[in-house]
Amino acid sequence: MANFMSRNDLLLLLGFTVVVLTMPIWLTPFGAGYPDLLQRFMIFGIFAVGFNILFGLTGYLSFGHAAFFGVGSYAAVWSFKLLTLDAIPAMIFAVLISGLFALIIGFLSLRRSGIYFSILTLAFAQMSYNLAYSVLTPITNGETGLQLTLNDPRVLDAAIGQTFVGQPVPTLLGQQLGGYAGFYFCAGFLILSFFFAQRVAGSPFGMMLKSIKSNQTRMQFTGFNTRPYALSAFVISGMYAGLAGALLAVTDPLAGAERMQWTASGEVVLMTILGGVGTLVGPVIGAWIIKYFENILSALNDNILTQFWSFLPEGLAEIVVKVTSKFVGDGWHLTLGLVFVIIVIFLPGGIMEGVRRMAATARRSDPPGAKSHQHQPAE
Amino acid sequence: MFEVIFLQFLNGLDKGAAYALIALGLTLVFGTLGVVNFAHGALFMLGAFCAVMFRQFLTLETVTIDPTQTSPWGAPLEIRTPLVQAWFGDFGAVLVNYSVPFSILITIPIMLLLGIALERGIIKHFYKRPHAEQILVTFGLAIVAQEVIKSIFGPNPIPQPMPTDLRGAADIGSWIGFQANVITYPLWRLIYFLFSAIVIGGVFAFLQFTTFGMVVRAGMADRETVGLLGINIDRRFTIMFGLAAVVAGMAGVMYTPLLPPNYHLGMDFLVLSFVVVVVGGMGSLPGAVAAGFLLGILQSFASMTQVKDVIPGIDQIIIYLVAVVILLVRPRGLMGRRGVMES
Repeated sequence: MANFMSRNDLLLLLGFTVVVLTMPIWLTPFGAGYPDLLQRFMIFGIFAVGFNILFGLTGYLSFGHAAFFGVGSYAAVWSFKLLTLDAIPAMIFAVLISGLFALIIGFLSLRRSGIYFSILTLAFAQMSYNLAYSVLTPITNGETGLQLTLNDPRVLDAAIGQTFVGQPVPTLLGQQLGGYAGFYFCAGFLILSFFFAQRVAGSPFGMMLKSIKSNQTRMQFTGFNTRPYALSAFVISGMYAGLAGALLAVTDPLAGAERMQWTASGEVVLMTILGGVGTLVGPVIGAWIIKYFENILSALNDNILTQFWSFLPEGLAEIVVKVTSKFVGDGWHLTLGLVFVIIVIFLPGGIMEGVRRMAATARRSDPPGAKSHQHQPAE
Repeated sequence: MFEVIFLQFLNGLDKGAAYALIALGLTLVFGTLGVVNFAHGALFMLGAFCAVMFRQFLTLETVTIDPTQTSPWGAPLEIRTPLVQAWFGDFGAVLVNYSVPFSILITIPIMLLLGIALERGIIKHFYKRPHAEQILVTFGLAIVAQEVIKSIFGPNPIPQPMPTDLRGAADIGSWIGFQANVITYPLWRLIYFLFSAIVIGGVFAFLQFTTFGMVVRAGMADRETVGLLGINIDRRFTIMFGLAAVVAGMAGVMYTPLLPPNYHLGMDFLVLSFVVVVVGGMGSLPGAVAAGFLLGILQSFASMTQVKDVIPGIDQIIIYLVAVVILLVRPRGLMGRRGVMES
């Protein structure tokens, strides 16, 4: 086991698993302990972990990852419609299709780097989005979104003589995947994804990716062809996005084109940056924070605010309510944008860097004996 | 057949003009400061909302009740008079009617100040940081701008009427020797095109024929040397950022009668104008303008039914498709200088 994973990695994975699996318990006091939101935590966690494999390790900033997310959703729903309502074939199908999609787009986009790469991925994603809305309506069902119906063929289900009554819902080996079952299903995938990302980051392959980020030209001078490595990273992260999209389709079997819009790609960028780009845990935390506050802040309204600020004197409370109401409810994106700008300006490493800095300050104030364990971050 | 083609060409001009104006500003910022500005679309949107704000201000009304007359419902008649009309009489009415062109007058100082404040306040700190971080911070700023506008003006598009004299269509065909009413073109679109031509010409003339412009061009070519000559190039570049904001803002103002502005107008145009910039070539001003018109016209041709019948969906993706092909085949874009952002 020692050769397989270092003790720190193993502890991290173990801790992560415990934190994820006990989420329904420890998030309840925060008002987030219900399956619908927890499922989204898991799904966007996977999306962000995958995005980080590309952006965090290789430094290629893709603005088109929502396309793979959307393709994953569509593929999963089509698998539900044509093959079977079981989730596993749908996941496999979705990951393969989005991987293929990522291979094509990545092959073309990775011929350029820097801003040109970002624009290329953006252009491809917008093309997919526009097509999904217009010409590809037979496949995507346009604005209505792709839904399950009772009359779908479901070849495999029909072959084993399984029939359904009422609205079809995705299952896992006959078990319905609603509520907490759906959460644990997604949580299993998040832990697996995290484990895989950990392995990638620690492997020689991950080392190659990191060196692409620090100095691609030097890598090429030393005789490495960097493009296959970058392309693999692109495809892997595209598959992660497809997996996340498929999970979203499993928990809510409806796929719409708006998932592919470039602002959705922007959201995963926000998550990754907010949490800490290039770290393992950071993107997941970023995704959780954004999804949490999206849920909490957008639910707040003037009445709740008035109650919250009621300890203030009369006139002042009204002003404060008026000001704060601009930042919650529909205006929560304003808060997100402001926080994001502040993070990029002052804390480019995201929350993880903040934690590291605080830990460093705390350690500095310790007696000098404790310093021996200090790990110097490379500048 | 020629008439149809000519008409599509004209139809592409106004959208192309908007692309060209936004792309021009983007390129100015990139060429001078070296900053990839994802907030530029937001500046276009803010300009459009300057027009909205100006009109809302002009149409503030006083309500007086005239007891001697009654409305058809029997209640005393309410007479609504816009304040400007009460103050300035007929001139006020003209002002309301021509609110869109007049709002340029307030847009220029607002956008100039906003641009300079933005550059001094935030973007200044990002010169030395990687392009990815510049994209991120300006993307965040764009979100903030868009959400502020949303919280002030609401999420719905706000139509801006064009001046009554400038509605209707111009019979361009008859001007150049076609039969009457074969080629007609909405008057405001024609004005938008002429307006953009004037602005673009003005920017180029400013850069070409003034000392200030000469220094800026020198700074674009070699910032360090210009700095060593004892010229405060940073201050001039800051002003150029303000100028780019003004160009984007004016483009937004004049576009409002064509497309009622809403808060995500900027994001919609941003992606397209970035595509325009890379097609034209990063850092090339003529390239940005040429690519803007080129892509606008191409898009217009792609929306012809004859073309759509052959290649379904082409009108949706033509711009992106052109961008992908250009970037893969000729990464410098149409007129990009060698060595700018190449890798």
